[in-house]
Amino acid sequence: MIQVEQLVKRFGPKVAVNRISFQVERGEVLGFLGPNGAGKSTTMRMITGFIPPSEGSVTVGDHPILEQPIQAKRLMGYLPESAPCYPDMTVYGFLDFAAEIRGISGGDRKKAIHRVVDLCFLESVLHQSVDTLSKGYRHRTCFAQSIIHDPDVLIMDEPTDGLDPNQKHEVRGIIKRMGEKKAIIFSTHILEEVEAVCSRAIIIDRGEIVANGTPEELKVRSRHAGAVQLRLGGVSGAIAKDKLGQLSGADQVTLVSDDATCSEVVVQPKQHDSASLSEQIADLILQENWRVLQFNCREGRLDEVFRDITKPDTIKEGVQAA
Amino acid sequence: MSQSTSNIWCVLKREWKGYFATPVAFVFIVIFLVLIGFFTFSSNLGQFFEREEASLASFFTWHPWIYLFLVPSVGMRLWSEERRQGTMELLLTMPVAPWHTILGKFLASWAFLALALLLTFPIILTTSYLGEPDYGPIACGYIGSIFLAGGYLAVSSMTSALTRNQVISFILSVVICLFLVLAGYPPVTDMLVNWAPGWLVDTVTSFSVMTHFFSFQRGVLDARDIVFFLSLIGFCLFSTSVILRSLRTN
Repeated sequence: MIQVEQLVKRFGPKVAVNRISFQVERGEVLGFLGPNGAGKSTTMRMITGFIPPSEGSVTVGDHPILEQPIQAKRLMGYLPESAPCYPDMTVYGFLDFAAEIRGISGGDRKKAIHRVVDLCFLESVLHQSVDTLSKGYRHRTCFAQSIIHDPDVLIMDEPTDGLDPNQKHEVRGIIKRMGEKKAIIFSTHILEEVEAVCSRAIIIDRGEIVANGTPEELKVRSRHAGAVQLRLGGVSGAIAKDKLGQLSGADQVTLVSDDATCSEVVVQPKQHDSASLSEQIADLILQENWRVLQFNCREGRLDEVFRDITKPDTIKEGVQAA
Repeated sequence: MSQSTSNIWCVLKREWKGYFATPVAFVFIVIFLVLIGFFTFSSNLGQFFEREEASLASFFTWHPWIYLFLVPSVGMRLWSEERRQGTMELLLTMPVAPWHTILGKFLASWAFLALALLLTFPIILTTSYLGEPDYGPIACGYIGSIFLAGGYLAVSSMTSALTRNQVISFILSVVICLFLVLAGYPPVTDMLVNWAPGWLVDTVTSFSVMTHFFSFQRGVLDARDIVFFLSLIGFCLFSTSVILRSLRTN
């Protein structure tokens, strides 16, 4: 549904977005991650046709945004970063305007407004003027505007920013449900959100894509992904460390604690090959007849991956999986 | 209704409602009516009664000066407010061509100014009560006045696209409109006549809204005057679109 090819945006000498390419199909929810100023908002603004790219192309549906902006924009709903609304209008008036300008008329317009009002829990403020709303309500009003025409493509810039935890949960639920039938891109700083909602995530740093994959694929890249934590009863730490260190799948063995009754070690896998490492350890345990008090295979954590690959001195080759 | 018309209509309606959502519109109309009444009837300025003639000359004379401040105060928010609130991003990502929104917003403000102007109708009643005025020049004067307001407003639309600060937008627009007035204001042109060649004086005065507004006031509907105001509006709205486009590009 969304095709982004070799997108470049320069602001004077500064390159904000540098040769970004990706695709989003129907049924996908793409999470857009990156530090502040990485180029997330700029990329989204180019996709929605708000700013023209310096180079490259964006196609939404079958419509290139530069050549057929109106047709492309018709397919899209957009929630800008600060969730702007016209402060002098009521919530109903604003949604009515959004529906009308999208060409929804008559009874359909009423139905569309009531659908999004129910979906975004706006009933209680429907006839209140926008500038009297709290941030959460204003945010949801703008969100409601973006889905009023039930678009095939939804672009959201930090949709849960400024919401309280309950509202965040609601909005995530809505996005996830809608993601089954639509192509969705949303940007966020909150990594748990990516795991909860996204079918795929792209990490972007200084205008370039540095990682692109499912949240699971990304997590595996964490330094600690696949590490095995082991607590053994009646085995000396030194012996355990030595035996475990000889395994072909083990990279580094760290002794966490060691006393007369039990010892605890953490084994780092080589090349994220966690499956074979845990198998080897299991075999070793049987062979040595160790008494296992705890066996814990660690999952990677997205925030570690994020920190690692958006660190200033990280070498970015080899990180790109997709 | 075609797609473009309904888009323009939709933007126009929203903008129009925006004026009346707050008391600002009513305050504006009251100030306008009080000022225009004062200037027209004052025995020092318009001398409506002292003239002892059934015409609205003393009424229309003051329009270029009163509009000079009041029209920019209506137009200053057109785009600067959209930029400040961030709603411009919303508006320009709707499936609507940018010129639809520019035109829709402009027409809404123009209609608002026209409404304020039409509310001066008691002065026609007064004149007809006191004497037998010639309705031709009055109608022409009103048409000219609407065009004059449109010209100023288009300038304001352009300056409001330049900045997100309404005050700067207002001042810029007053300065440009003042130039458009002074270029044809007799005290200024008289100064030019003394040393500049005739063709230069004619060129300068032909750029002035005064020259063209005067011929409306005399009751002449000249195509050249209408074309002047329409080109002024067209040029300024086109500049607005160029400014908005370059804002998004850089």
